[in-house]
Amino acid sequence: MQFVLDGKTITATPGQTILKAAEAAGVYIPRLCAYKDLIPHGSCRVCSVRVNGRIQAACVQTVSSGAIVEHDTEELREFRRDVIDLLFVEGNHYCMFCEKSGLCELQALAYRFGITAPKYPLLNPKRDIDMSHPDVYLDHNRCILCGRCVRVSQDLDHKNVFQFVNRGLEKRLQVNGEALAATDLRVTDEVVASCPVGALMKKRVGYAVPVGDRPFDAQPIGADIESGKGGVA
Amino acid sequence: MSAKPRIATVSLAGCFGCHMAILDIDERILRLADLVEFDRSPINDYKTFTGRCAVGLVEGGCCNEENVHVLEDFRRHCDVLISLGDCAINGGVPAMRNHVPLRECLEEAYLKSPGVYNPGGVIPNDPEIPLLLHRVYPCHEVVKIDYYIPGCPPPADAIWSAIVALLEGRPVELAYAGLKYD
Repeated sequence: MQFVLDGKTITATPGQTILKAAEAAGVYIPRLCAYKDLIPHGSCRVCSVRVNGRIQAACVQTVSSGAIVEHDTEELREFRRDVIDLLFVEGNHYCMFCEKSGLCELQALAYRFGITAPKYPLLNPKRDIDMSHPDVYLDHNRCILCGRCVRVSQDLDHKNVFQFVNRGLEKRLQVNGEALAATDLRVTDEVVASCPVGALMKKRVGYAVPVGDRPFDAQPIGADIESGKGGVA
Repeated sequence: MSAKPRIATVSLAGCFGCHMAILDIDERILRLADLVEFDRSPINDYKTFTGRCAVGLVEGGCCNEENVHVLEDFRRHCDVLISLGDCAINGGVPAMRNHVPLRECLEEAYLKSPGVYNPGGVIPNDPEIPLLLHRVYPCHEVVKIDYYIPGCPPPADAIWSAIVALLEGRPVELAYAGLKYD
């Protein structure tokens, strides 16, 4: 089947999501909560596109024949920038000493969108760091509540280490035990690699890749998809 | 007075790393000295403005009342004001104290920390000491900022290209490699 993406006719297979169909055609639609091998969730809304006039999450919306999809418009770029801006000010993102800097997808998206300063006032919330586990730590300061860890732990690791608790600004990630050390999390679990930011990190491997050689130092996030070499999700 | 455009720089609540990054433009500093005149700046140790400046580079955020006064002075004297680095833009490392009440910060620093000898139990309150704000503010929450060059510190090339662009009457545009938060 075929649909139109920003005026260009794209061929897709039935049941394929707009995000995957665009990706196969070499068009990168920014995303955060989407992750390879995971059933899409549509929670972060960074991948929002306009489908036949209505805003939809491209990671969950399947392609329909003849659909008119708008993706790279100023309206949607601004919407995505706003989402990224909000994620930055809601947490405590100290890129200058974060081990994930240079391979953080939130930071990379901000680079891609040319964000130089926060648009909204910083909230500076008081959040905890769980260092209890021998091999992994959980820094809530950097958590953007994308839910990747919740779903990867359940669907790919077949465990249930993470869950969300509370609502709104009080929403936070909770572990299935007194602390991370009391869960059945192992450093080899897929979930540890799935965190897009520096919230869930392996201990004793920080800053392994020198500045300049990190994934997003030379090229923006999504450049691999745009060059036809495949993407992260 | 020289006909050259004037540049001012200052470090507020920062570590002077951004000024190190300015010096990191290496031999281009000689070209810069040909192009501009430095006004109020730690580079020449001028403590006050001597005239109107084309560009003001501000490192660090506002953590005390003196920072606010200096920043407002920069806004008054500079045509274009640039927030340089993460402390000026986000508050940076000094803003880590924003997560805890100011009273707790002061008590931790002057009364409770290991190694503190303070038999009087007095938190310094001399009028000569600038009053701390209840939190650290990024510069754009205090005055209007025209451009931002993020980084901790920003790449020297980004600083150089921004200054050259402004001197040539062009807007500041950061190349991808010049946009770094770390």
